[in-house]
Amino acid sequence: MSNHAEVAEHVGGTTGTFAKVWIALLVMTGIEVLLAYEQVPTLIMLTALLGLSIVKAALIIAYFMHLKFEKLSLFLTLFPMLIFCIILMLIFLGDAVRIPNMRPPV
Amino acid sequence: MSTHASAVEPARSVWEGGQSPYATNSKKFGMWLFIISDSLTFSAMLFAYTYSRVTNPDWPKPFDFSPAVIFSTVMTFCLLSSSLTMVMAVHAMNHGDRKATVRWIVATMVGGAAFVVLHLSEWMKLINVEGVTPFKNPWGVPLFGGTFFALTGLHMTHVICGLIYLAIVAQGIARGKFKAEDVEVSGLYWHFVDLVWMFIFPLVYLMSARVG
Repeated sequence: MSNHAEVAEHVGGTTGTFAKVWIALLVMTGIEVLLAYEQVPTLIMLTALLGLSIVKAALIIAYFMHLKFEKLSLFLTLFPMLIFCIILMLIFLGDAVRIPNMRPPV
Repeated sequence: MSTHASAVEPARSVWEGGQSPYATNSKKFGMWLFIISDSLTFSAMLFAYTYSRVTNPDWPKPFDFSPAVIFSTVMTFCLLSSSLTMVMAVHAMNHGDRKATVRWIVATMVGGAAFVVLHLSEWMKLINVEGVTPFKNPWGVPLFGGTFFALTGLHMTHVICGLIYLAIVAQGIARGKFKAEDVEVSGLYWHFVDLVWMFIFPLVYLMSARVG
């Protein structure tokens, strides 16, 4: 009974699914490296790289870390707070952008 | 009769006590809490790196596409592949195959060790050939060395800790000690280390790549 319960608790994805996720992660990494090689403009590059990184992180969290197969309450307890705190760190971006213009000319 | 009685009984919320609202064991929940707090540490360091870069328009681009970026791409491949082998270890343990679990964990450790060796050799090149230290570098932006070594050093420390953790888990599994949930919890840690690299690699290496 306990063995059955243990197996049932951990059901989440098949080896085929994991392999597909791994291939998707490798393909996205390849696209990132290609963008670096092509030296696209900085803002486009930063946006594309961050977008791809967020998608890659979501795939790892959902499939490799099994969060897709956990209860929604676990996700809601952990992630909105994390995302909110990370967004709060953007508060200093304005200061970072202004500092080069505030330096006295040499 | 009893079925009828339970059907009539009003549904109780899982938050009223006596039940697990997350339907997960305490070890796994503890690891998730650690991962969330560690995510904030790495986020703060990535923001520090990014803001230092924004405030210094002459930020250096020290990574030649060949070999530095290709090198770090191989490192990324090692970590991504070790995440796949870790998932396979969890999968094998869930099916009660302890021998396969140990083999997959050892494969994960090989990937992690390859990452550390490649990373250290890249560090050595930066330190010995380019003359970069946490306090100075030949390009005149000292913050580059400070933020680069702090960020990648903290990540490498996590990888090394992960290797020790996995070695302990593999040994325990081989001796018949640990359960499936222990492998799953160690897997969560390892995937987190991989996840952090998914942000360090593009933001630190690819954004500072030099072609030609």
